[in-house]
Amino acid sequence: MATVTASAPGRRRRTPLARREARWAYLFLAPWIIGFLIFYAGPMVASLWLSFTDYDVINPPEYTGLANYRELMSDPAVARSLGNTVYYTALHVPLVMLISLGLALLLKRVGRLQGFFRTVFYLPVMTPAVAVGILFLLLLNTQDGLINRALGWVGIAGPSWTTDPHWVMPGIILMSLWSLGSTVIIYLAALQNVPRDLYEAAAIDGAGAWARFRAVTLPMISGALFFTLIVNTIASLQMFTEVYTMYFGNRETQNSFNSDAASFYVIHLFQEAFQFLHMGFASAMAWLLFVIILIITLMQVKLSNRFVYYEGEDK
Amino acid sequence: MARRLRATAFVGVLTLALAGCGGVGGGDDEKGGTATKGALSTMGFGFSDEIATTRVDAFKRDHPDVELKVTEGAFDEQQFLSAVAAGNPPDLVYLDRKLIGTYAKRGSIQPLTDCVKKQDVNLDQYRPAAREQVTLDGTVYGIPEFSTVRVVYLNEGLLKQLGMTADQVDLADWAALPALNARLATVSGGRLARIGIDPKIPEFLPMWAKANGVDMLSADGRTAKLDDPKVIEALTTGVNLIQQQGGWGRFKSFRDTFDFFGAQNPLSKNQIVAWPMEEWFLNQAAKNTPDAELVVKPFTDRQGKPLTQSAGQAWVITKGAKNPEAACAFVKQMTATDTWMAAAKARVDARKAAGQPFTGLYTANAEADKKIFEELYQPTGKKRFDDAVATIRSVQDAAFAMPASPAGAEFDKAYYDAVNRVLAGQEQPAQALQRAQREAAAALDKAAK
Repeated sequence: MATVTASAPGRRRRTPLARREARWAYLFLAPWIIGFLIFYAGPMVASLWLSFTDYDVINPPEYTGLANYRELMSDPAVARSLGNTVYYTALHVPLVMLISLGLALLLKRVGRLQGFFRTVFYLPVMTPAVAVGILFLLLLNTQDGLINRALGWVGIAGPSWTTDPHWVMPGIILMSLWSLGSTVIIYLAALQNVPRDLYEAAAIDGAGAWARFRAVTLPMISGALFFTLIVNTIASLQMFTEVYTMYFGNRETQNSFNSDAASFYVIHLFQEAFQFLHMGFASAMAWLLFVIILIITLMQVKLSNRFVYYEGEDK
Repeated sequence: MARRLRATAFVGVLTLALAGCGGVGGGDDEKGGTATKGALSTMGFGFSDEIATTRVDAFKRDHPDVELKVTEGAFDEQQFLSAVAAGNPPDLVYLDRKLIGTYAKRGSIQPLTDCVKKQDVNLDQYRPAAREQVTLDGTVYGIPEFSTVRVVYLNEGLLKQLGMTADQVDLADWAALPALNARLATVSGGRLARIGIDPKIPEFLPMWAKANGVDMLSADGRTAKLDDPKVIEALTTGVNLIQQQGGWGRFKSFRDTFDFFGAQNPLSKNQIVAWPMEEWFLNQAAKNTPDAELVVKPFTDRQGKPLTQSAGQAWVITKGAKNPEAACAFVKQMTATDTWMAAAKARVDARKAAGQPFTGLYTANAEADKKIFEELYQPTGKKRFDDAVATIRSVQDAAFAMPASPAGAEFDKAYYDAVNRVLAGQEQPAQALQRAQREAAAALDKAAK
């Protein structure tokens, strides 16, 4: 009597070739997986554990439950630095997106010199962040800085960008616009991918320039807009290097003046961790920031379902 | 078989790659050693000039079997703490003395009691202010190197133009400071063109407070006195001097353009008349603007008695040092009188070769300084600079230092932030210092637990 063996549905045996390919795939993925586990996942788990401890890096951590999180909620310095960071993000991200889009639209119209201007706009991105911080300290100098001199030419007495608490953040935002080249390039690439026939069809239907921009351009580049919104928001909430260089990072600034108005969340976190040796508290700060970024990103993703069009999808 | 071989090779390569990750510590294979052999690693030090290289060369010559690894660069807290957390700290760290209290309290650096005893280090040779700054609760944790002091620099050329003499600039008479400042400074149309008196706050606030008869931190480094009326008065005095000169925004932005390290320094450009500053500027002035009309006076308390604040670096041996004996021998030799003499000789020769004057070496070793000035120092022949050198030497004995504190960094931040809030116009001196007092007291209490 013959017996029939049937494999369970959905559990088909893979061929030896498929298994060998899978092994090779994992082998090639291994450097990234190992790097991720060692340099990202491991430290993240460790920092989560440390956030529940009193840890000074030197002595073993002592479990303190939610004490760090309770202190976080009542620490005015944390609230201040978080407020500054949110203020910066709320202004920086829309400004970068608007100006970058404007520049990308202009660049698209440039003919043969587009490559040159693209390079020019991208060059500042290549400037080291520390150099940008120093450069803008000079540019924003109240008496002799180029920005106030230029304002003086049109009869405006420039503010004290680096010392007046009301003007410190606008000065930093001004500085942050220096390196919007990446966003410009992304928008330019997106603009160049918008099919020309859509504009032609819209023009035939009598759409003016603004209507074409609103009804064709914006939807077609909404994917790029959404991407830069997410990326710039995350980067803004983690702002560190330029501001640290300007206000906290060298002997002169540490020994003389640094403004509360320039205290960003990650700068405060760094100081707690490495200057005051409160690594447990700093870990809690890091996790709070992680949760904030996660919530904001989820909200943005949720919104994107309504506003973002991806090529090939039906809406 | 082939599969097993491949797996073994992969694990081997990975292990090698991870093990090859560099660091600043002594390394696992470098355990042990004595004062005369083994490996020895340092952090925070660099071969910036002949003073550094001559002394390290002397140690290498006398300890040929010690393999010295100097990781060059300024002390980096993050780098140090990472090395400590990894259980691989360097044997020696060269850092700002004001950090010692915090690291000592946390147990990341060793008491030097045994080191001092075994190597017969004469602690009395070091200046008292420097010694106090490396001592916490009666235990010595560091060996001090240089002793940076602060003096008052005056631009006599400008004073002459104003029909004044250096003697008339009296920073002890606080009531007269506003009038003096108004005479020295040039503010026109809201624009500051010349600083009269720069109080150098927040950095120099402890010195102004001391001049007013109060220490901002108790001698044991555990009690803040930031809301003392005399500290408030000192801050008010300093802030008023700045407000008189167009306000903090104008003042700071003008001062930010100064280059103290070149021929276009504020002295040669007549941008400032009177300012307290560290003694190193004399070296720069002698090198870059030897003909400048510079006068150096001691900073004084309100009774006119010379006063200065001392600061500087120190060597410490870390808790996990693998070769503490060699580390101890190293710090002893780096700060010994004979070694300083050799370094000073090298500096004299270097300056002579460059056609520049030697304006002295100001170490934390009082014996070494005495010998250097008696045996190597030659007056430059320029009375201004020779008088300045004499002034700097004389104030060393009137120096105080901020005491070692288990929460030194938080204490500094509390009063710096307070001064910054006042300068930025956000708070009044009393209000700012009261808040700073609360913050500092909380940090000190927490650190003491």
